[in-house]
Amino acid sequence: MALIETRGLTLAHGGQIVLRGVDFRIDKGEIVTIVGPNGSGKSSLLRALIGALVPAGGTVARARGLRIGYVPQSLAIDATLPLTVARFLNLPSRHGAADIAAALDKAGLPDLAEQQMAGLSGGQFQRVLLARALLARPDILILDEATQGLDQPGAASFYRQIEAVRRDLGCAVLMVSHDLHVVMAASDRVLCLNGHVCCEGTPELVASAPEYRALFGTGTQGALALYRHEHSHSHGPDRHHHHHDHDPDHGHEAQN
Amino acid sequence: MLDDFVIRAALAGLGVALAAAPLGCFVVWRRMAYFGDATSHAALLGVALALALDLPVFGGVLAVALAMAVLITALSGRGIGSDALLGVIAHAALALGLVAVSFLPGVRIDLMGYLFGDILAVSAGDLAVIWAGVALVVALLAWRWVPLLTATLSPDLAQASGIAPRREQLLMTLALAITVAVAIKVVGALLIAALLIIPAAAARPFARTPEAMAVIAAIIGGASALGGLMLSFAFDTPTGPTIVSLAAAVFVVSTSLGAARGTAG
Repeated sequence: MALIETRGLTLAHGGQIVLRGVDFRIDKGEIVTIVGPNGSGKSSLLRALIGALVPAGGTVARARGLRIGYVPQSLAIDATLPLTVARFLNLPSRHGAADIAAALDKAGLPDLAEQQMAGLSGGQFQRVLLARALLARPDILILDEATQGLDQPGAASFYRQIEAVRRDLGCAVLMVSHDLHVVMAASDRVLCLNGHVCCEGTPELVASAPEYRALFGTGTQGALALYRHEHSHSHGPDRHHHHHDHDPDHGHEAQN
Repeated sequence: MLDDFVIRAALAGLGVALAAAPLGCFVVWRRMAYFGDATSHAALLGVALALALDLPVFGGVLAVALAMAVLITALSGRGIGSDALLGVIAHAALALGLVAVSFLPGVRIDLMGYLFGDILAVSAGDLAVIWAGVALVVALLAWRWVPLLTATLSPDLAQASGIAPRREQLLMTLALAITVAVAIKVVGALLIAALLIIPAAAARPFARTPEAMAVIAAIIGGASALGGLMLSFAFDTPTGPTIVSLAAAVFVVSTSLGAARGTAG
């Protein structure tokens, strides 16, 4: 049974359709990455999956009692709000000090439970967000551009942490990124968005798909290969397929 | 030494400070200062309506403050709740209230009393209404504290944890309307927002957690209410503004201390 499944999902922002006709599912333990240029509807899709955005059309079904660990793109904590790391990790449910220490450790952090959130570095902050998501003992971890603002080694080490977490907890991971070369190799499946689903499948297949190349060019191939160097793993059956219902509104001339 | 009406005034001031402090923290954290302004300024319109319809002032203020708060919440949900729009609503409500009050025939209204409060005229009945309102607001905030705090940090984060941010926002709106209704007698429509924001802002440098900030704000607010009452006696100044001035003085001191500690550390 799927953890989250959408059918014909259409999302709008201020009356403007940002994403149309998405059939998507994620199963237990899968790592799925969503890629796409800015404004392609990636974040909107995630927000609809967690229930923060009401669909303009279609349906979103979440498994009963699904525990979601959500790591937002960023979190602007108002300077007037005093908040220690420990207090933040205890929102909304309280956890024991041992659990908190374990979650911080799992997120690759030293014990900074008593520090103020405002005093953390960008990398520490994102890892605290990850630790909070882990404390919910999630069935699925959802990360929205979680490495924004991190440099490349920082981002790579963050994603290695995610893989380790998935290994330990067995939770599914759904992430949005445009750090393609770092993210894609670690994924079971990649979904390429540009106002609709352009293409979908294993990282290799998506990376070589004409739709994907039209969006991102071929420049990421080398880096992808580089990253694969240190991570060898096998993939499931070929799930790659193309969507040929391209809407003329969504040209593919965008280049990165 | 203390006359009865002074005790009533002190209890009224303490009560309002107690409810305003934790609520004011949320107003500050959520950057809703103008929202507080608009809601409390609209209270004057409620006064006019209540007097015109011969209803209890408390009820009129509560109804109008609630309507105003819901209106602003609805507008801000549609992305047009800009700073300017809130400013327009806040001051338009105040002006309309003043105009409406002037139309009331045959009623001698102490306008100053509603603008700046009339804490020394608090009756035993007023006191009961004030404390009932205060108890309701404090209970509401204590009950919804964690979901409200989570939704304040990030609506999406709250949603992912199964909390409905809009519902929490609505509850806070309700608490705000009740606070405005009970505070109008104490500090008046013009200064209610000050009582919400200033103690919370003054508490910020001393707090390491949200809960600590709310408690410290309540202490500062309570002390300002009592101290302001005494000062207004000593110097024969209007009580509401004196309370707010004292709170502002505490804010200046605490912020300076916080800044000094910040540069030293």
